[in-house]
Amino acid sequence: MTDDTISRVAVTDAAAGLLARLRRQHGELMFHQSGGCCDGSSPMCYPDGDFLLGDADVHLGDLRLVDGPDDAPGATGEAFTVAVWMSRAQFEYWQHTHLTIDVVPGRGAGFSVEAPEGVRFLIRSRLLTDSEWAGA
Amino acid sequence: MTVYAAPGQPGAVAEYRARYDHWIGGEYVPPASGQYFENPSPVTGQTFTEVARGNAEDIERALDAAHGAAPAWGRTSVTERANVLHRIADRMEANLEKIAVAETWENGKPVRETLAADIPLAIDHFRYFAGAIRAQEGSISEIDEDTVAYHFHEPLGVVGQIIPWNFPILMATWKLAPALAAGNAVVLKPAEQTPASILFLMDLIGDLLPPGVVNVVNGFGVEAGKPLASSSRIRKIAFTGETTTGRLIMQYASQNIIPVTLELGGKSPNIFFSDVASARDDYYDKALEGFTMFALNQGEVCTCPSRALIQADIYDQFLGDALERTKAVKQGNPLDTDTMIGAQASNDQLEKILSYIDIGKAEGAKVLTGGHRAELDGDLAGGYYVTPTVFEGKNSMRIFQEEIFGPVVSVTEFADFDDAMKIANDTLYGLGAGVWSRQGETAYRAGRTIEAGRVWTNCYHAYPAAAAFGGYKGSGVGRENHKMMLDHYQQTKNLLVSYSGQKLGFF
Repeated sequence: MTDDTISRVAVTDAAAGLLARLRRQHGELMFHQSGGCCDGSSPMCYPDGDFLLGDADVHLGDLRLVDGPDDAPGATGEAFTVAVWMSRAQFEYWQHTHLTIDVVPGRGAGFSVEAPEGVRFLIRSRLLTDSEWAGA
Repeated sequence: MTVYAAPGQPGAVAEYRARYDHWIGGEYVPPASGQYFENPSPVTGQTFTEVARGNAEDIERALDAAHGAAPAWGRTSVTERANVLHRIADRMEANLEKIAVAETWENGKPVRETLAADIPLAIDHFRYFAGAIRAQEGSISEIDEDTVAYHFHEPLGVVGQIIPWNFPILMATWKLAPALAAGNAVVLKPAEQTPASILFLMDLIGDLLPPGVVNVVNGFGVEAGKPLASSSRIRKIAFTGETTTGRLIMQYASQNIIPVTLELGGKSPNIFFSDVASARDDYYDKALEGFTMFALNQGEVCTCPSRALIQADIYDQFLGDALERTKAVKQGNPLDTDTMIGAQASNDQLEKILSYIDIGKAEGAKVLTGGHRAELDGDLAGGYYVTPTVFEGKNSMRIFQEEIFGPVVSVTEFADFDDAMKIANDTLYGLGAGVWSRQGETAYRAGRTIEAGRVWTNCYHAYPAAAAFGGYKGSGVGRENHKMMLDHYQQTKNLLVSYSGQKLGFF
């Protein structure tokens, strides 16, 4: 586990809205950040527990979201959490960056649950600030 | 120069169907759900066909067909199977131009590559495995005077294969040819981005195979790929893609206790030692081309030489010449035979590459050329084009550590041999590498020190059959492109036979 005192992950409004809709279809969700070829470097979204985690993984943080606003079609208004994970080996090379999960039109391969919607989750990165890095 | 007419336009050499169903049991079968998804060409961004959206029910139907076909196919003689592979190769050769244009239209790669590399390599691959299976022999161990161990190769039965989108036909062939040669029946799921070109091929070669031996089910990973990979009705799963899905596939395979082969990419170093620049000759010219190979297939290659390591004493001069070569790369209509770099395969791929260019800049890497989306005119304006990009930076930066899968190379310098090896091996992956030196000893020592499955030495991006291809470290499990691939698709049957008339005497 990484230190929870700094935020390493965030999510755009568009991605948060998509996560709320996907959760209504698939139940609780999780992310595992991929590496390697083809659709590597994309965050993969699975029903929570589908992907077996272990000592080889690092918990980057939790996205704390609400299925709302209340007037959104089908919105439940429930608060929910999506944990974001990455392999420990990959984290060694990524640890100085902050990750924001966004969504773009497209058709990623892999088993990520958003692909049938004609969209793909995408990572946008920035460097951790000096104060964030000090907290890490 | 030739500019091929796009499929759907007057004079086109290749035409796609308006809609593709699943290819199951030797015929087209509509999807159980009745649903189809649109398939855009990355050349223009416009949809050119629609493709069946498969689900678990379709996978079961394909598995039924494969299980129906596997026993008889597995009992055919190797001569018969080799002849089928030869006929496939001959049919492809007779239709090479057509297949090349079709693949370019779906994937976005320049047609000169599909004409000269992708499709000829696929044809040769079928011929190679036709030869390999004919020449394969079992073995006999003489345990003692009266006891013999016979070893036979037997097919696994029904296998699953998940194909990537960067070489839709060649990567399918790398998996199909050995599986078929070994006597297996296959359920194959192409990538969502390139679902149609393999069906274009099946239209041409489908009649050469007994029904059910090859079945193609399209669809999204979560809906069709997962039911295939997690099925208890396959005896092996092969996958080319990325690490998280690779782990998931191993996880499913562990539940069914079946073998996997995985090819999961790399971050290949391309190393240029000082003596490369000791003369301005053909070799130097070849080395500059070797640098520029990062733009081959728009960088969408698992072995893209995406880290260039240049020895310090030739750094400025070699890099200067390499930048000139990079700037000369002609970008444009992929159907023009003069075009050297085409379109990225999909919009999300384009977005991902641009996000990496952003993080490269944020980390302080310097853009030496390129670094942006290429805006093309006319019909191509909606396509997904990126200018060949050269970054200068440090190996600890994320652009040096992650597979961008675009026409982006990150360049750094090294002091000496040990420094080069340290940088080269400082990566999670170990699929490919390039070593450039006029001195055999330097090249040999480097090749043996680099932790990668394929070290191109004074060449790059050659993929001949008979040269084993596969990864060290996080790059995967197994070797393709070589007769040893047959082992990944065969069981070993041992008959331990006693010819003695005497009991052992224990009971």
